[in-house]
Amino acid sequence: MADVSLRKVVKRYDDVEAVRGIDLDISDHEFIVLVGPSGCGKSTTLRMIAGLEDISDGDIMIGGDIVNDVPPKDRDIAMVFQNYALYPHMTVAENMSFGLRLKHYPKAEIKARVTEAARLLDITDLVDRKPKQLSGGQRQRVAMGRAIVRNPKVFLFDEPLSNLDAKLRVQMRIEIKKVHQKVRTTTVYVTHDQVEAMTLADRVVVMNRGRIEQIGTPNELYHKPATRFVAGFIGSPAMNFIPCRLEDVGGSLQIRLTDRIAFALPAARAARYNALPRTDKLLLGLRPEHLTESHAHHGPGIESFDTVLDVTEPMGMETLVYFGLDGTPVCGRVDPNAGATDGAPMRLAMDLNNMHLLNEETGVVL
Amino acid sequence: MREPPGARAAPIAGSRPNWAGFAIPLQESDTMADVVVEQGHTVSAARARKPTSLRNILGRKSTVAFMLTLPLILLVGLLVLYPALYSVHLATLNKSMQKFVALGNFQFLFKRDTFWMVVKQSCIFALTAVFFKALIGFIVAHFVHNIPGKKQRKWRGMLLVPWVIPPAMSTLAWLWLFDPSYSAFNYTLSLFGIGPVNWLGDTFWARFSVILVNVWYGAPFFLIMYLAALKSVPDQLYEAAAIDGANWWQKIWYVTLPMMRNIIAITALFSLIVTFANFDIVRILTSGGPLDKTHLFATWAFKVGIEGSDIPLGASVSLFMVPILAIAAIFILRDVSKRGNEA
Repeated sequence: MADVSLRKVVKRYDDVEAVRGIDLDISDHEFIVLVGPSGCGKSTTLRMIAGLEDISDGDIMIGGDIVNDVPPKDRDIAMVFQNYALYPHMTVAENMSFGLRLKHYPKAEIKARVTEAARLLDITDLVDRKPKQLSGGQRQRVAMGRAIVRNPKVFLFDEPLSNLDAKLRVQMRIEIKKVHQKVRTTTVYVTHDQVEAMTLADRVVVMNRGRIEQIGTPNELYHKPATRFVAGFIGSPAMNFIPCRLEDVGGSLQIRLTDRIAFALPAARAARYNALPRTDKLLLGLRPEHLTESHAHHGPGIESFDTVLDVTEPMGMETLVYFGLDGTPVCGRVDPNAGATDGAPMRLAMDLNNMHLLNEETGVVL
Repeated sequence: MREPPGARAAPIAGSRPNWAGFAIPLQESDTMADVVVEQGHTVSAARARKPTSLRNILGRKSTVAFMLTLPLILLVGLLVLYPALYSVHLATLNKSMQKFVALGNFQFLFKRDTFWMVVKQSCIFALTAVFFKALIGFIVAHFVHNIPGKKQRKWRGMLLVPWVIPPAMSTLAWLWLFDPSYSAFNYTLSLFGIGPVNWLGDTFWARFSVILVNVWYGAPFFLIMYLAALKSVPDQLYEAAAIDGANWWQKIWYVTLPMMRNIIAITALFSLIVTFANFDIVRILTSGGPLDKTHLFATWAFKVGIEGSDIPLGASVSLFMVPILAIAAIFILRDVSKRGNEA
């Protein structure tokens, strides 16, 4: 067990910078998830921690020691790969014990550790099978078992659930969380799935274009995104971004969305945004759950308006409604019994207490 | 029909001659063929038309399958089965091919020292050559595998050259290299004060030379097969092994070799058969000399059969390869099918 630190880590491929100077401190026992769209450098970062990729610049420390030039086998890490990377000619037990056998552990200890890991992962019945005879979920468990028996300083997961179907993914997600609760090894987990990131992580690292956009707990990222990228990436359906501008009307601050629609800002928000220049091009960031049917919600900061729905998506526990505001597509979440139908007019309410205001050019949340 | 008519017309057109002979109108044979392909409808459609028994037989799926494989069956029968059986027949005749002598030719062979020398030399030649071809192919395949991108294609192309040149031609070049008095080899050696080596005249060196040329000719085949096998090993297995603590040798031993096992076995078997039956290199380089010491089954069979005008005896010599190779094939293929279930 150990903490992991990245100091201004850079990865260059010829002219392309895949990772552009990352600083990250991961404390002991922590479960960190690197999340971002494909090509954002998250896998490269993980592979650099593993030692499978050279570091172009900067330092990586595991347990306080700089490991830049330490080969993977001497870093005392274990990695779970997307396609499991099990050795097809070895049985489950042989797969799991391979690392220990290479290090010449006593046979009794190898057996004890494999048995313990198999029990933890509920694969005791499978230890004599070959990987080919296992289902995807079982293979993933074996891959995790191979990591656990090594008892390494750090677990590295590289999109481990991407090859599983949706239902199994949810199940294995919980499995991984349970295992981490028992084993408590420092974990770095890479995924492109924001739901996985939110559900698993102690802290999430959102990456984009080789840089870290924001580091925070799942709740921080959801409620206080720092940038437009984070705001749009975390949460499904994604946050709405509606072009708007600030206006002074009779001493109070109001936000104008269209020629027709403008709302007075709640007092707390008005105080926060008052210093902004009125000429700036701004975006109103509002999550779909803060755009609901009008009659359900009343109170300060909740403003109603009329619109015509384009499309509705009944999801069972809620209905997603899509409409346009001056050509900007907007999504809202209403009660399934609110009577939302395709093409019908509807009165909706915005909860401005939960709004975000973004600078359209810089993408910074104000 | 769900599919456009063109989609199915092509394979049917190919098999039409099979029906044409039975005087079925072209139009009808078309519908017939469609019926045949759509299994469920065959019976009802046929019954509706009150078919003759001939049509009934032709309509069966198994008949169509047989008709379609007939060209290949004829080809194999004509070019493989017939010559094989004919050589068995030849091997039972006397020298003038007039009299049936049963196993007389074999009895005669077993009493001759040259025959046993050929058996021994064939085994030494094939095993040594295949071993070195495999070893060199494996090593070079690793080097080529690590050459990046476009350069790799160039190297692959160049390294394949020995295998692409007709061996009769390239062996002539080697013959010149091995020449005792004017050759490049002996000249180079003389610069170091060694030699001259009587490459093709001395028993040891003659055997060495034919094996060397065979290795030179055959190693590229192993190289290409092993290169393809190497490319099919997922990189992540090596990465997993690296993290598990394997050094380069352990990666080869625990990952590469087990993953390539089947390719290695099949390639070795294939090469063993071809090398065992090699003719051209020995024929051109030494003609079996000195004193028949480099003869293989094929070259010796040629010598006694064609040059010695005893075709039945030549056939007997070449037939003797069959049991030896069959045993090798059984052993290797059994292992392959056993291992094949894992990957």
